[in-house]
Amino acid sequence: MSNMMNSEKEMLFHDIGIIDFVIVEMNLYLDTHPTDCEAMEYLKHYVRLKNQAMKEYAMKYGPLRIQDADAGNHKEWLWAMQPWPWEGEC
Amino acid sequence: MWSYEKRLQFPVSIKEPNAKLAQVIMSQFGGPDGELAASQRYLSQRYSSPYREVSAILTDIGTEELAHMEMISAMVHQLTKNLSMEEIEESGFDKYYVDHTIGLWPQAAGGVPFNACVFQSKGDIITDLFEDMAAEQKARTTYDNILRLVHDNDICEPIRFLREREIVHFQRFGEALRIVQDKLDSQNFYAFNPGFDQCN
Repeated sequence: MSNMMNSEKEMLFHDIGIIDFVIVEMNLYLDTHPTDCEAMEYLKHYVRLKNQAMKEYAMKYGPLRIQDADAGNHKEWLWAMQPWPWEGEC
Repeated sequence: MWSYEKRLQFPVSIKEPNAKLAQVIMSQFGGPDGELAASQRYLSQRYSSPYREVSAILTDIGTEELAHMEMISAMVHQLTKNLSMEEIEESGFDKYYVDHTIGLWPQAAGGVPFNACVFQSKGDIITDLFEDMAAEQKARTTYDNILRLVHDNDICEPIRFLREREIVHFQRFGEALRIVQDKLDSQNFYAFNPGFDQCN
């Protein structure tokens, strides 16, 4: 059970990384192509996906950014208690 | 204003510590063409850009460089974690260890401390963008050099990711330079600093 939970957590975390990469790429592209409306729509779609995924992650496992700290009903400050990115676990 | 996300831009999970490689990869933290220099270069230059699109690209690439600095720091941290005293002595890491133990401190592979003189903020957007394009190529060459020294896939993958980002940034800075040049006197791009000289 705990293994399954772990892999679900890892999958969601992995998805957030992929979604955010699209956002970073589109952000830089739009900076130098600010009138490309098709690219802007594409970016908006991924921003919505990211917000959803970040909320879901915060609800289940604790926030990855402070703006999602309202999600879930955790009994401790998981922002400080969950592993830091350089620890290499996720 | 910045906000932090508690994750790396690309995952770093290195199982085998390696003090020799840590000393080499550290150069992309505090070395002449490293990510600390890159972030401070773009985030310092953006104030004197007279064009908002160009300020945007400097802000957003500068911000991405902070995320790259974090990836490199994570790699050095994982490469130096759980080293034995024998490994520290034999790898030549002892000279770093004596001053910093295994803490992170910005220096080049050769031991030269980080120095703001490795980048410029010239107050002239044409001059700055040429420097930025050169800087992306220099960082790309450094990653190529690192990849020739590394055979562990756990290390290669994030380094390859960072190398590819240098190429994308070079492209975007090239586009920014084109935007600036389109707004200048096409008879003479370089006689005029659009951030300082007054337009007639």
